Amino acid sequence: MNMTSDNTARLLIDASYLLVAFLFIMGLKQMSSPVTAKRGILWAGAGMVIATAVSFAYPGMSNYILILAAIGVGSAIAWVTGKRVAMTDMPQMIALYNGMGGGAAAAIGAVELFSGEVHDTVALTLAVVGSVIGCVSFSGSLIAFGKLQGLIKKSYRFGGQQFFNILLVLGIIACGALVAMGGASTAITSTLFGLALLLGLTMTLPIGGADMPVVISLYNALTGLAVAFEGFVLQNAAMIIAGTVVGSAGTLLTQLMAKAMNRSLGNVLFSGFGDTGGATSTQAVTGSMKAIEANDVGVMMAFAQKVIVVPGYGMAVAQAQHKVWELTQLLQDRSVTVKFAIHPVAGRMPGHMNVLLAEAGVPYDIIADIDEINAEFETADVALIIGANDVVNPVARTDKSSPIYGMPILNADKAKNVIVIKRGQGAGFSGIENALFYLDNTRMLYGDGQAAVAQLIHSVKALG
Amino acid sequence: MTGMLALYIFMLAAFTGYEVIARVPVILHTPLMSGSNFVHGIVLVGAMVALGHAHGPLELTIGFIGVVLGAGNAVGGYVVTERMLEMFKSSGQNKNKGAH
Repeated sequence: MNMTSDNTARLLIDASYLLVAFLFIMGLKQMSSPVTAKRGILWAGAGMVIATAVSFAYPGMSNYILILAAIGVGSAIAWVTGKRVAMTDMPQMIALYNGMGGGAAAAIGAVELFSGEVHDTVALTLAVVGSVIGCVSFSGSLIAFGKLQGLIKKSYRFGGQQFFNILLVLGIIACGALVAMGGASTAITSTLFGLALLLGLTMTLPIGGADMPVVISLYNALTGLAVAFEGFVLQNAAMIIAGTVVGSAGTLLTQLMAKAMNRSLGNVLFSGFGDTGGATSTQAVTGSMKAIEANDVGVMMAFAQKVIVVPGYGMAVAQAQHKVWELTQLLQDRSVTVKFAIHPVAGRMPGHMNVLLAEAGVPYDIIADIDEINAEFETADVALIIGANDVVNPVARTDKSSPIYGMPILNADKAKNVIVIKRGQGAGFSGIENALFYLDNTRMLYGDGQAAVAQLIHSVKALG
Repeated sequence: MTGMLALYIFMLAAFTGYEVIARVPVILHTPLMSGSNFVHGIVLVGAMVALGHAHGPLELTIGFIGVVLGAGNAVGGYVVTERMLEMFKSSGQNKNKGAH
């Protein structure tokens, strides 16, 4: 190719990338309102198609058949899995696709570093940083996927784990510095990647399921950053802009999640609280749990004026969202006001409950978040808790020794009657006793979430 | 593109990301996270360029894996985001459909 056509191609690519960046940012902006959100993803999608198409025109490219084959393979796998996945399994799929992005960023870094064609120290440093972040995001997201999918059941911890992680980080810094100075051997570069992948594993393995919203959101932000850094190396403006926008947006979202749990990000990553705790709580819970029959709950709800439903991860596990909506409609027909109260960290990813309720057909205007709904519990006749636990535990307000002390909770205990649908009498995933279950106005409806709601539907229908 | 110019882009994009996401209702946290997950699928473009300039079996293999992963990120991210957003409806829309 001669110089002129190279320049023309460059101009075409740069001009297209400007349009792509515009489409991405506008797309994300539109995604921040339920009314325009659908248009948003279409805009961003168009941007991606344009970016991919013009990138074939990059000067000096070869291996076109390999590129097309790789795009075909990756797209086919992702298309099929993405179309098939159940809404309840959405958190792990997002973790998986996110990990793929991190892996791709690391692969770019690897090709650049192994090729030995990058000599500028700044570019080398950015390639190293991007690769390390990409590797951590890749292996970490895969572990998150494994945990959410139920492939990894336990949270692995061993003595001196923090110390081991610190050693890993020091090793990565040492290898990274050697590579960034230029002329490092293939062995050192390989070690760098190996250590970074290992760090992602050891960082994520100890984190419990309840902390997954924060973790998924964090790795999403990290992948964005990795993409931006590799974009610097490749001098690719579209990658820098898109990666950085996602990096900062993801960081903000991660902070929101952590704040909703009243914990710092460091605490989530390093305390391993997500599925231990409990043992530290000193304040004994007094009283007893009082069971109730489904028929009695049905009557109570049918003649209520206002019912607030509080869904949690248990609703997702039981796939009860469709039944819950059926029950809601029956109650609405009897002119009962029904609202849904969503805690920011209910479920396994940010906004998990909203997605499930939307899948069942619940309109978003009767779904309220914690700030909107908390004052309304006092006027509610029934608060129906389905598979939620820590997010309604009043201990968070009162017991300073509890691990969840200070976490903003839904004030379900303020409702006139509290009905808790629960599988058995055990404590929730965090192992913390829930004082709500022992209150005088609380009744326990034992059973599988879906079956219990089906019984409620039956008993409300029986009233005619 | 000079390094300094790239830094300017970096800074402005960081503020943009923050402003775009701030004040988003909880209801959209998942689609938004999923949508931003899709947007960093732009890594595909970089992986294509890396594979396009790769020489030798090691670079070609890593580059190939990179493009597969990047394409997976972009396509998967799009499909799940689109599916989720498809479901969000207000009471009015539900009634218009005559669903219930």
